[in-house]
Amino acid sequence: MKHKNARTVLLLLLLAVLIAALPLFLQKGASFGGTDDAGSQVVEEIQGKDYKPWFTPVLEQALGGELPGEVESLLFCVQTGIGVGVIAFLMGRLVERRKWMRRMEDAGSDKARQDREADHASD
Amino acid sequence: MIHTAKRQKERLFIAAAAVPALVLGTAREAHAMHIMEGYLPGGFCIAWGVLCLPFFLAGYFSLKRTLEENRKTLILLAMSGAFIFVISSLKIPSVFGSCSHMTGTGLGAILFGPASVSLLGVIVLLFQALLLAHGGLTTLGANTFSMAVAGPFLAWGVYALCRKLGVKRRVSVFLGAALGDLCTYCVTSLQLSLAYPSEQGGVAASTLKFLAVFAPAQLPLAVIEGILTVVILIALESYAQPELAMIGYYKKEKAGRSV
Repeated sequence: MKHKNARTVLLLLLLAVLIAALPLFLQKGASFGGTDDAGSQVVEEIQGKDYKPWFTPVLEQALGGELPGEVESLLFCVQTGIGVGVIAFLMGRLVERRKWMRRMEDAGSDKARQDREADHASD
Repeated sequence: MIHTAKRQKERLFIAAAAVPALVLGTAREAHAMHIMEGYLPGGFCIAWGVLCLPFFLAGYFSLKRTLEENRKTLILLAMSGAFIFVISSLKIPSVFGSCSHMTGTGLGAILFGPASVSLLGVIVLLFQALLLAHGGLTTLGANTFSMAVAGPFLAWGVYALCRKLGVKRRVSVFLGAALGDLCTYCVTSLQLSLAYPSEQGGVAASTLKFLAVFAPAQLPLAVIEGILTVVILIALESYAQPELAMIGYYKKEKAGRSV
């Protein structure tokens, strides 16, 4: 990766982390619940009564209750892990491949130069 | 010759799937990111599902063709899918005291066209619906439409338009991904409000209420999503140039890639 690109990437990542972390400090004591849950509250507000979902998630049905919070965060991590694993593996291959391609090119041009020099010598 | 005949057949197939989708779409003005399991009436669940079908088909054929042309592009497809996996699993706090997560569909839409992303997106949504009790099986159709169809289409549209107007590539990518993310949540609000119109003001008032919940939380996240999409594209541009050239990434601003 070119030097300039590397700097841009670092700056962008830093910015992303800042945007994500700032709210925690600006809104001390907020609960940071999910918007999906907030959505269900609005449904109840509009309907003016408690809303009973007509279908419960299959996993909750099988478990006979809600998925424990810690296990849910585990599963979210599994999802992240699968994604990061694939990206890291493929990026690793690509980075290594470019190294090899460079080396082959270098070797190729070295050989061409040697051939030229050999031609000159025989003249 | 065989190639064009095959293409025509594909088009026919997609068109055939589009007919019921259109009928349903107009007959019921029903439209919904992650809507929770059991929160949409049955009719809406089916309507949204059917509406997604033509996009699945278009996506399938488009991907098949890209991969047949060059098997090596698989690596980019896998990256786009994995990117959605990572990005949509990250719950991030926002300034307004709630948490939400991003979609990650912009990358795939920009690289492979929006229809292809519908297939990648539905894998993630199934994973979350089955294992995480997040989203749901009954609302899968609606969630797919907002996250894997509407968002990517807007992302791709914004990107293509920006490139045509001569906007720098990185800025275009940022705008496409960020606005695509926002679009997903706007469509979710619309989908919920169509199912639950307010007593006073109907769908419009209801949409505003749902938007008030989703939009503020999603704005900063859309910015992060834009940033991360630019970052991964810089990485790909540096190391996967041959593959990007194969899928027409570098000539897109001239020709404009079809869906």
